Amino acid sequence: MNIVNDEQLLITVYPGYTKTGEPEGFESIEIRPGDIITIVGPTGSGKTAFINDIEVFAQRDTVTGRNVTVNGGVPPESFVRDPANKPIAMITQNTKCLADLTVDEFLDMHIIARNNKECNTCEKTIELANRFMGEKIRGEVRISALSGGQTRSLMIADAVIISQAPILLLDEIENAGIFKEEVVNHLKKLNKAVLFVTHDPYIALLSDRRIVMRNGEVTAVLEPGDSEKEFLMKVSQIDHTLSEIRERIRVGEVLGGVAFGS
Amino acid sequence: MAVKLIVIAGPPSVGKTAVVKQIIKHIKRNNGAPAYLKVDVVVAFEDIELKEEYNIPTKKVYSGDLCPDHMGIMVIRDAMEWAEKEGADTLIYESAGLCLRCTPYISDSLGICVISAVFGTHAPLKMAPMIGLSDVVVVTKTDLISQAEKEVFREQIRKVSPELDIIETNAIQGTGMQYLMKVIDMQKPMDDLNHAMLRGIPPLGVCTICVGKKEIGWQNHFGVIRRLEDDDNIYRGE
Ligand SMILES: Nc1nc2c(ncn2[C@@H]2O[C@H](COP(=O)(O)OP(=O)(O)OP(=O)(O)O)[C@@H](O)[C@H]2O)c(=O)[nH]1
Ligand SMILES: Nc1ncnc2c1ncn2[C@@H]1O[C@H](COP(=O)(O)OP(=O)(O)O)[C@@H](O)[C@H]1O
Ligand SMILES: [Mg+2]
Ligand SMILES: [Mg+2]
Repeated sequence: MNIVNDEQLLITVYPGYTKTGEPEGFESIEIRPGDIITIVGPTGSGKTAFINDIEVFAQRDTVTGRNVTVNGGVPPESFVRDPANKPIAMITQNTKCLADLTVDEFLDMHIIARNNKECNTCEKTIELANRFMGEKIRGEVRISALSGGQTRSLMIADAVIISQAPILLLDEIENAGIFKEEVVNHLKKLNKAVLFVTHDPYIALLSDRRIVMRNGEVTAVLEPGDSEKEFLMKVSQIDHTLSEIRERIRVGEVLGGVAFGS
Repeated sequence: MAVKLIVIAGPPSVGKTAVVKQIIKHIKRNNGAPAYLKVDVVVAFEDIELKEEYNIPTKKVYSGDLCPDHMGIMVIRDAMEWAEKEGADTLIYESAGLCLRCTPYISDSLGICVISAVFGTHAPLKMAPMIGLSDVVVVTKTDLISQAEKEVFREQIRKVSPELDIIETNAIQGTGMQYLMKVIDMQKPMDDLNHAMLRGIPPLGVCTICVGKKEIGWQNHFGVIRRLEDDDNIYRGE
């Protein structure tokens, strides 16, 4: 990153058209480092399309017709085209990697592509990925042999450590069986802009801003502030209880004793 | 001659026609007049499809027993004249995309190599001539892989040719295509057909099997031959 200082980076999304061709209602959405944003809405409502617009710096050339600016202007060509300058890392819904490489080889090539000059980057990436996931990843394993959750964890760690992008886009990370709370807490500490596409109430409540989508359109941008604090506490408890039960079922236990509310 | 030539190469089903459609839309939006030629081995539908969809002059040629890229070289001169007669300012020639060796690119034209992001990491090295002799590489289907994988794939292409212009796209939607269109707009018409040459080195076509002799064994052939115990090919004049 050398063209624009990360701290001052401002991404602005301008409206396009709904799936049925009407102009979208919102005026503009601004994204700065440190912003934690979630995108919610039914399946097919255009959540992935929204973050995809940011990833490719849409210039009215995607299905949505949206326009994305960087610090108020047209994104510099190197932002879009040179991975070493790209300020964005996106973790897609695809949990398969087709590359015919080992984890180490893949990460090493990505380190070159991103022009990352730090030491031990490959080891650090695998180490972080293994904090997000029960089954450990090893560097000599083929990347195509990783499970969906392992690939997802590795891609998140790769985005943080190798890409070092000030903006992270994550598409439904909760679905691959990774430790989502660990991921969210780690990302919140980094002063990055993080956009989560999610169906998970806990992740949604952890964010500062919620973008609501329907029919390919942003229908609302909510900033509930403290008004949802009680819900966050309650949902956090429920989520922990559920995780515990999930783990017990996973290891083959038959659940006995008193259920909820004990 | 005042016609631009755009040569599109790339293996089967990578999205060449999808890229062509984006180019046609761009040229027509700017009041240009594209024409289209498809060369394929046994079957192709693009000529009919593109004529119906965009109402432009289209043509197809089947190469049958000939190498389709050689067929392209045979007919391209006539095709340029045909395009000019049809009133076109750009001829888009979509190759069959089979030859990874001498490739169909021609001098004084824009050579676009289309490859798919889902090919796997070694594909760019295997297709080195097709990539290395092109002016621009368009990577399609980037919507189907992760960003990190896209960036690793790009690095693999740069191993073949570090300075190449690489454009990543979802060819169906046309994402990122504005960079390709800039290159196309800058391309000059081919003013003299007599100067246009095949860019790659043609294959050694000096073997009597290639010209139709069916007998087996080196004893029955001329040109580049090989005996079982030889370490290398040898040339026999007659
Ligand atoms: N998801 C996705 N599909 C694509 C993309 N580009 C092309 N396709 C699909 O890939 C298939 C092949 O595309 P074509 O454009 O016909 O490929 P081609 O290279 O012209 O094929 P041949 O001329 O038959 O060799 C079609 O089903 C396209 O819709 C892309 O960027 N993303
Ligand atoms: N504004 C829009 N206009 C046209 N098509 C859209 C729009 N938003 C999304 N789509 C298309 O609708 C489909 C579903 O969108 P997607 O973003 O995958 O939904 P989600 O991630 O919410 O499930 C995709 O094919 C996408 O390209
Ligand atoms: Mg989605
Ligand atoms: Mg085709």
